[in-house]
Amino acid sequence: MAVSHCFSRAASAFTAVLLFSFGCVAASHIEDQAEQFFRSGHTNNWAVLVCTSRFWFNYRHVANTLSVYRSVKRLGIPDSHIVLMLADDMACNPRNPKPATVFSHKNMELNVYGDDVEVDYRSYEVTVENFLRVLTGRIPPSTPRSKRLLSDDRSNILIYMTGHGGNGFLKFQDSEEITNIELADAFEQMWQKRRYNELLFIIDTCQGASMYERFYSPNIMALASSQVGEDSLSHQPDPAIGVHLMDRYTFYVLEFLEEINPASQTNMNDLFQVCPKSLCVSTPGHRTDLFQRDPKNVLITDFFGSVRKVEITTETINLQQDSEIMESSYKEDQMDEELMEPLKYAEQLPVAQIIHQKPKLKDWHPPGGFILGLWALIIMVFFKTYGIKHMKFIF
Amino acid sequence: MGLLSDPVRRRALARLVLRLNAPLWALPVAWLERTMRSVGLEVYTQSFSRKLPFPDETHERYMVSGTNVYGILRAPRAASTESLVLTVPCGSDSTNSQAVGLLLALAAHFRGQIYWAKDIIFLVTEYDLLGTEAWLEAYHDVNVTGMQSSPLQGRAGAIQAAVALELSSDMVTSLDVAVEGLNGQLPNLDLLNLFQTFCQKGGLLCTLQGKLQPQDWTSLDGPLQGLQMLLLMVLRQASGRPHGSHGLFLRYRVEALTLRGINSFRQYKYDLVAVGKALEGMFRKLNHLLERLHQSFFLYLLPALSRFVSIGLYMPAAGFLLLVLGLKALELWMQLHEAGVGLEEPRGSPGPSAQGVGLASLVAPLLISQAMGLALYVLPVLGQHVAAQHFPVAEAEAVVLTLLAIYAAGLALPHNTHRVVSTQAPDRGWMALKLVALIYLALQLGCIALTNFSLGFLLAATMVPTAALAKPHGSRTLYAALLVLTSPAATLFGSLFLWRELQEAPLSLAEGWQLFLAALAQGVLEHHTYGALLFPLLSLGLYPCWLLFWNVLFWK
Repeated sequence: MAVSHCFSRAASAFTAVLLFSFGCVAASHIEDQAEQFFRSGHTNNWAVLVCTSRFWFNYRHVANTLSVYRSVKRLGIPDSHIVLMLADDMACNPRNPKPATVFSHKNMELNVYGDDVEVDYRSYEVTVENFLRVLTGRIPPSTPRSKRLLSDDRSNILIYMTGHGGNGFLKFQDSEEITNIELADAFEQMWQKRRYNELLFIIDTCQGASMYERFYSPNIMALASSQVGEDSLSHQPDPAIGVHLMDRYTFYVLEFLEEINPASQTNMNDLFQVCPKSLCVSTPGHRTDLFQRDPKNVLITDFFGSVRKVEITTETINLQQDSEIMESSYKEDQMDEELMEPLKYAEQLPVAQIIHQKPKLKDWHPPGGFILGLWALIIMVFFKTYGIKHMKFIF
Repeated sequence: MGLLSDPVRRRALARLVLRLNAPLWALPVAWLERTMRSVGLEVYTQSFSRKLPFPDETHERYMVSGTNVYGILRAPRAASTESLVLTVPCGSDSTNSQAVGLLLALAAHFRGQIYWAKDIIFLVTEYDLLGTEAWLEAYHDVNVTGMQSSPLQGRAGAIQAAVALELSSDMVTSLDVAVEGLNGQLPNLDLLNLFQTFCQKGGLLCTLQGKLQPQDWTSLDGPLQGLQMLLLMVLRQASGRPHGSHGLFLRYRVEALTLRGINSFRQYKYDLVAVGKALEGMFRKLNHLLERLHQSFFLYLLPALSRFVSIGLYMPAAGFLLLVLGLKALELWMQLHEAGVGLEEPRGSPGPSAQGVGLASLVAPLLISQAMGLALYVLPVLGQHVAAQHFPVAEAEAVVLTLLAIYAAGLALPHNTHRVVSTQAPDRGWMALKLVALIYLALQLGCIALTNFSLGFLLAATMVPTAALAKPHGSRTLYAALLVLTSPAATLFGSLFLWRELQEAPLSLAEGWQLFLAALAQGVLEHHTYGALLFPLLSLGLYPCWLLFWNVLFWK
């Protein structure tokens, strides 16, 4: 009797220990999950999708933008958080043999212009000025909400641009250009005005990598379809429609994104592998030195989707305070908060030490004095031959 | 000259035709209207009439009245703000019998498509280029050539591009393209590139200037053939004739080409389906445009279909030729002032009177040369009836012979002007005249080279050396012969021989003379009917200038 009593007590103690350990493990599991919950630091998602070229020939740029729009919408970002800029109307273009459609795959497999496409900036409204105003928020008060980028410092923004570009510029509407320096300055303004938490910049143009060379603001990750000196190529022409339907890089990005659902754990490293040189002919590039997190910890849905982080749990979670922030905030109280705060926010990352901007090579011109000297020589020879006294007959 | 060269026969036939008021060949207007309407186009007609300044012997026309028929295919979903034109010029020589069929077939095919963003006008004109000119003038609401054309009832917006089609048989071995237009204007090079792309895609054999494309550019053959084609293009552009109805569209800044189907002795023939496919492709590509063609060159020369020489490369050549004139003028200026200073010093008195005489002695030759030029321009057409009454010649012959007579009469001038002019310092007289003539020639050739480079270069290449060398001392007969050989008429004569030589159909002297006379008549006619500028430029501008040099040569 005593033995069985002992035994049962030991057994209960053992089970108690087991449960306790389980509980501990479970508790730490919940805390891990809670850790992951606050991993990315953003609370809302925005997308700015820009197609910069007009004319029926550039059908593929509109199809590119619409396919990214489609993926982004499918993964949860609502129209109110998407600024879609299309420079020309392809669906209702009189040249479209299939009106009200924009196809991305030949044989008309996939119509990316569905029933619920909301274009915010259309046709001639897609200009460099409007694009920069959208990014920086300097918009006239009469602009409707759908045309504004109302992001805050907890927003992750996806910016996708496509069109015709060159080394250091992107062409808008066949009449103006935006340079990589302007774009970098616009992003810096966004950073100083705390308009983004993290930014993913994707560009699909010729020599696209030149557009992200000049960025100098923190928390930007950039992808481009081709390196400087390379052209981005289009994918397939459709004989019925008569134009090329998509660009290669975006075509393969679309195929990649079709596999993603809101619960996917695919990370950015997989996106970097999309469209290798064998498929794309150009070499896609990316830039992550300004990004503070490791790309393998960045989910695709951090930028492409609007994943609501809701977890129902009956456990209690103890949140650990981050000791670093405690110390620095204590220091802040000592110093003048008003003065220091903006600088502290802006200089979270010592960008100047990280990035090494190479000065651009300028074309060689002969020095100005040389040309002047050449002309002086020609005039001297002329007057020596004809004599100075003849000058008065000429003037 | 032609069928009507016997004056008796001609007068009889003219009276008969005028009395009957029945043309020898007419467009089947009612049938065309019916067929176009059944295809689904909006059909309109336009009538026009014109009395040519004198009877045209090559085309056998004098009093022309005809009807154009055109059908408009409206774009299904676009506003009718822009249009494209497919035109088939029909004439009595019926070199265009098959093209109307292709036009109607294309119209039926195009009518079934929904992707047209511009209206398409299918135009069939009577009396080929005359009808096209009447239609264009009425469409753009202008009247530059004195054509009486009825206003158009149907319109389709600004014309962006036009293609003229000439097919004489239903099987073609090659397609020839003509780009040179009225007064040497050219369409945008992109239109030619478009045609060439579809030639390659469809596997069609395409020729330029009637010659095959040189294949081998590494050895000497390719460049030599290219040079031949370049020279042919220069000659055609210099003549300023519209080589096909596309040439008349260019005046209104409508890019246009003429495609001619050639049926020669070759094994591989294409049927009209292949030609139709190429045309359909061209029209679909033109339909894709949002703006007018402006990205490529407007001024170029073509050594081959796939190569061109841009204006930046060839204009310096004309510039250097004109520089010769400028330098010669500068030299004369300085010699004049040295002579003036030399005369002043021993006299010790200022010599404004000497200079004044110099200027006065210049005015007379200038006025007389310009009057001769004016006579050359005005008299032949004005005086044709008088000449036809007094001499047994037809009106056209009268015009041409009057031209030649006035031209030759100019050669006798120097012997007469000297009675008008008295000179104190003979040397300075001719130098001053030559100076003025050189500057006049340089100005004219400069202006001509800017608008019609080929004409300017051709005239500069022939006239500049002899003009620079002309002086009354030395061997007068040699210089006189050289000057006559490089006069504008002789240049025209020589270029006709060169042109036929390059086309591998060389002329004998008699044939050449006939062709020269015909060319003179055509030049005058085209000036009056289409506004071609070769005749007024040569008669009012270059001929007086040349006469001034002739005066310089025979200065006493």
